[in-house]
Amino acid sequence: MAVLTMKFNCLLSLALVSIVSSLVGCSENESLSLSERSIIYCSEGSPETFNPQLSTSGTTSDATSRLLYNNLITYKEDNTLGPAIAKSWHVTRDGKKITFYLRNDIPFHQTSYFTPTRNLNADDVLFSFNRILDKTHEYHDVSGGSYPFFQSVKFPELVERVEKINDYTVRFVLKRNNSSFLANLATDYAIILSKEYAEQLIPTNSHHEIDILPVGTGPFLLKDYRVGSLIRFYRHDSYWQEKAKIEQLVYDISPSKTTRLTKLLAKECDVSSYPIAHAKIAERNDLQLESVTSLNVGYFGFNTKKPPFDNKLVRQAVSLAINKQAIIDTVYRSQAARAKSILPETSWAYDKNTPEDIYDPIRAKSLLEIAGYAQGFDMDIWAMPVQRAYNPNAVTMAKLIQADLKKIGVKVKIVSYEWSTFLRRLSLGEHQSFLLGWSADHPDPDNFFTPMLSCSQSKTVNNRTFWCNKEYDQLLQDALETTSMKKRKQYYAKAMAIIDEEVPLLPIAHSKRFQARDTNVQGKILANFGGISFHHVSKVPLSATNESESNDASVQEVEQ
Amino acid sequence: MLTFTLRRLTLFIFTMLVLTLLSFSLSFLFPGDTVINHSGQINATASELQLLNDAYQMDENIFSQYKAYLSHVLSGDFGQSMASQSPINHELKALLPATMELSLVALLIAMLTGIPLGFIAAIKHNKTSDNAILSLAMLGYSIPVFWLGLLAILLFSITLGWLPSAGQISLLFEIEFVTGIQFIDILLSDSPYKWQAFSNASAHIILPACVIALAPATIFIRLSRAAMIEVLAASYIRAARAKGLSFNQIIFRHAIRNALIKIIRHVGLQFANLVTIAMVTEVIFSWPGIGRWLIESIYQRDYTAIQSGLLVLSCFIFIVHILTDFIYAALNPLARGNKYGS
Repeated sequence: MAVLTMKFNCLLSLALVSIVSSLVGCSENESLSLSERSIIYCSEGSPETFNPQLSTSGTTSDATSRLLYNNLITYKEDNTLGPAIAKSWHVTRDGKKITFYLRNDIPFHQTSYFTPTRNLNADDVLFSFNRILDKTHEYHDVSGGSYPFFQSVKFPELVERVEKINDYTVRFVLKRNNSSFLANLATDYAIILSKEYAEQLIPTNSHHEIDILPVGTGPFLLKDYRVGSLIRFYRHDSYWQEKAKIEQLVYDISPSKTTRLTKLLAKECDVSSYPIAHAKIAERNDLQLESVTSLNVGYFGFNTKKPPFDNKLVRQAVSLAINKQAIIDTVYRSQAARAKSILPETSWAYDKNTPEDIYDPIRAKSLLEIAGYAQGFDMDIWAMPVQRAYNPNAVTMAKLIQADLKKIGVKVKIVSYEWSTFLRRLSLGEHQSFLLGWSADHPDPDNFFTPMLSCSQSKTVNNRTFWCNKEYDQLLQDALETTSMKKRKQYYAKAMAIIDEEVPLLPIAHSKRFQARDTNVQGKILANFGGISFHHVSKVPLSATNESESNDASVQEVEQ
Repeated sequence: MLTFTLRRLTLFIFTMLVLTLLSFSLSFLFPGDTVINHSGQINATASELQLLNDAYQMDENIFSQYKAYLSHVLSGDFGQSMASQSPINHELKALLPATMELSLVALLIAMLTGIPLGFIAAIKHNKTSDNAILSLAMLGYSIPVFWLGLLAILLFSITLGWLPSAGQISLLFEIEFVTGIQFIDILLSDSPYKWQAFSNASAHIILPACVIALAPATIFIRLSRAAMIEVLAASYIRAARAKGLSFNQIIFRHAIRNALIKIIRHVGLQFANLVTIAMVTEVIFSWPGIGRWLIESIYQRDYTAIQSGLLVLSCFIFIVHILTDFIYAALNPLARGNKYGS
């Protein structure tokens, strides 16, 4: 027994030693070097795939597009198109042939599962687009064969073929001129994959791995992915542009928003997506809250095929009776810009002279009288059941509208179904009015006008107002066929005026996307549209921030 | 000792049989098709379903069904998770070590703090320090663990920033999975940041382990206090005192050893309690263990995961229970004897 007690004593002292050593080890000094060179990003969910061609979800493009891949062309800071993989491009006068001249110094990722033997060339570009366009392509049906973004912009119908002129020249031949074509190529979804990697997967019949174990040319490469837990990226050391400043990037997948907040406050993540408690973050000196106005719009739409909203006057009256500012203050907690038209004011095509319907219940009432509804009427509002950036709480919004409309004698019933049922019944046109929104995929203004309100869309997916105006459609068509920015802007201004007059829907707000980060993380992460980027992000060493803080303090003392 | 071992073994086998019977019957009690509950294959085609029916002998009588189920379990085949569609034994292999690590560290902390405090209380019986320790124990025992966990995060992670609030280790460290017990894996790895990783992992385990340890520690305080009081009142202590042994000699040579034996018996029992607390704590501290996984499975109505998880967890608790019994028997010859055996 003495032996056993001795053992117990040994254990006891061992445990004590380990606890003490761990307590001592808590000081972060030792791990500084590693954490200084790495960033942990608390993301809100797992990506569905590592190939953004296959998905339009924001979470997926956040975790893939601008980290792992490059596009042929890209958007520059000022929202105009600039070179990327293609160092230059040429559009023929009729706009039907677009030739891209590729760089020859772009290497693919070298990973544990693939070692490239050549740089990117025209074959890779052809492979990436033919996978989408050619239904008989070996890779077309891999991972479901659905390319939602390209289908929504009718890419396969637009592109006749993609040609290889030589190893570093590629030509797209279009069936008709389309001025948003280049913008589509610059979106998060039109990325370039490696053909060599795809060919390597064929003999082992593991085609699907191309979308699970990605190989691209972007500033980071995938190191490790554990579903629902983490994504680990390493820096791509032979990246063709300036190398990323951090060596390791970890996505800590934390779907719970309180967990993300806790981790941010406890310094377990450097950057957090979609933070809550904005006021709390803003009041801390070591954290920074930032936001961008997203290219989206939350709106209140009317079913223009059903009475009473088939009458323009009723639509105008109802939109005048809604207090938008109250909605923005309550539903968006003032974290959104009031929408004057469907196009956000940050877009280059936005016309500064766009009039805005100001909240005016008295005029609304008189308009209703002219329309023959002096006693008011009963209607329903379909409120979407899910939370989206453009509409964080549709049911509350519907209740506010209900209260506003009561003042002009309109009785509102609020309807809500489970999301897929909601969309299905909307497409059947069972509704009178509805609350929904739209997020743009790229900053080209056409991405707002055509999908939301054009005649063709009223027959398919997006246009639930069933509004169809020939003049409006013609303006959009004209705008797409000209390459002059000035003319396009004029066409879109006229289109906005038509929407303002006809009111098929009432634009309510353009929401903002929020992100919180530690102040020692520097560089731009959020973009106005599309996925986030960590390419230019760096971390100021902890010691340096301490110094600067003490400097600040001394300055303050001097001032006092 | 042999009889004792055999006795424990038969007890173990019979308990496990009862447990498997329980988890087997759960498949019938849960909603849905029994064979799908067994196997977790919710997307099985008609032919696959037929294969499963054969494998689990669903057309035979209930005894053959149980036998088929038992042979699956014994060969380590728990079916696949309904939620993730991956084999449950893979998930368990990844998760159980993390729970073992956390609960064993917590048990150690509970024993290292609870037992000495209990002894001090017993030695200062009916004095201020005794009362203070007892009221502390009462307080510690009455605090709900989910509340304590949140308070600890609020204080130590957010306000003071001393300790991390979530996970097993900072995600920056890449530790290869070997045993699943983080500390051993770190020592086995050839990462250049080995010691940083070690101290980081230690910092991560302190908060959850202490939160788990609180309630069992208070029980150990009471147990050790009672055991010590009993020992101190024993005649051999009086004899030692009469022989003129010093107070320290009496306590350290005689009293502590004899009191410890009585406590070790209860460690196994307390361990079950501790694992229950650990499950809740794992959720609060995002600890990647079996408790969090089991609670998530309950949320997702993942019946296959629930029954296999329960089976494995109770098996683990029972093994620890038996191990403490062995230690007790090794320390105390009286327990090995036939006439006193339980």
